[in-house]
Amino acid sequence: MSEAIVSEKQRKEYAAIVSRVKPKPRVWRNMFWAFVVGGLICLIGQVFYNYFLSLGLSLNQAGAATSSSLVFIAAFLTGLGLYDEVSRFGGAGGIVPITGFANSMVASALEYRAEGLIFGVGARLFTIAGPVLVWGITTAWVAGILYYFFR
Amino acid sequence: MAFFWAFVIGGALCVIGQLLMDLTSYKFTSAHVLVTFVTAGAIISAFGLYQPLVKLAGAGATVPLTGFGHLLAQGALNGVKENGILGAFSGGVTAAAAGITAAVVFGYLAALAFKPRG
Repeated sequence: MSEAIVSEKQRKEYAAIVSRVKPKPRVWRNMFWAFVVGGLICLIGQVFYNYFLSLGLSLNQAGAATSSSLVFIAAFLTGLGLYDEVSRFGGAGGIVPITGFANSMVASALEYRAEGLIFGVGARLFTIAGPVLVWGITTAWVAGILYYFFR
Repeated sequence: MAFFWAFVIGGALCVIGQLLMDLTSYKFTSAHVLVTFVTAGAIISAFGLYQPLVKLAGAGATVPLTGFGHLLAQGALNGVKENGILGAFSGGVTAAAAGITAAVVFGYLAALAFKPRG
C-alpha cells in the first residue's frame, strides 16, 4: 500500500496558509467607510435640498432639483475618472446613493463607446440602470394595482 | 439637526449595502445592491413606512436608491387616488421623471464628452 503523496498534516498546514493569505473583506473597516462616505453624500444632498427650498421651490421640486444636481455632479466626476476613487474608498457608500446609480450608467457607457452611439453609449447606459428601472417601476406598479383593489 | 440625521441615516443605509456585499463574499454585486435597494424602498414605501424616515432624515432617506423606490411607489399610489387604475401605470414614472431624465441626459452627455480610460 503506497503512502499518500500529501499527508494529513501537510494538508492541514496548507489549509491554514490558504485561509491566512486569502483576502477577506475587512468588514468593520468597510462598514466604517461606507457609513462616512455615504453619509457625506447625503449631507451634500441635504445642503442642496435646503438651498433649493430657500429659493422658494416646493418639497417635490426641491427633491427633483437635488437629485438632478447630484446626478450631474456624479456623471461629471465619473467622466473625469474621479468617482472611481469615491467607490474605491467608500464601497457601498459610493454605490447606494443616487450618485452611484449615475456612476454605474456613465461608467459602462464610457467603456463601450467604441461600439458606437447607439449600441455602445445608448445601450450600455442601461446595463445597470435597466434592471433598476425594471424592478423599481414594476414594484411600484404592483403596489398601485394592489392599492386599487384592496384600499 | 437635519444635517445630522441626513448623515446618520444616509450612512446607515449605505452600511446595509456594504454588509450585503461583504457577507456574501461579493457574490452580491453593486448592481444587486442597487436593484435590492430600489425594490425594498418601493415595498417599504407602499406600506407607508418610508415617509417617516424621509421626515426624519430628509436627503438621508431620499438620496439613497431606496428613496428612488419610495418616489416610484408613492407616485403610483397617488396616481391611483387621482386617476384610478390608469394612475398605477402613469403615477410612478411621472413622480420619478426628473431623476430619470437627468440620469439619461447627463449620463449620455458625460459619456460623449469624456474619453474612456484604462
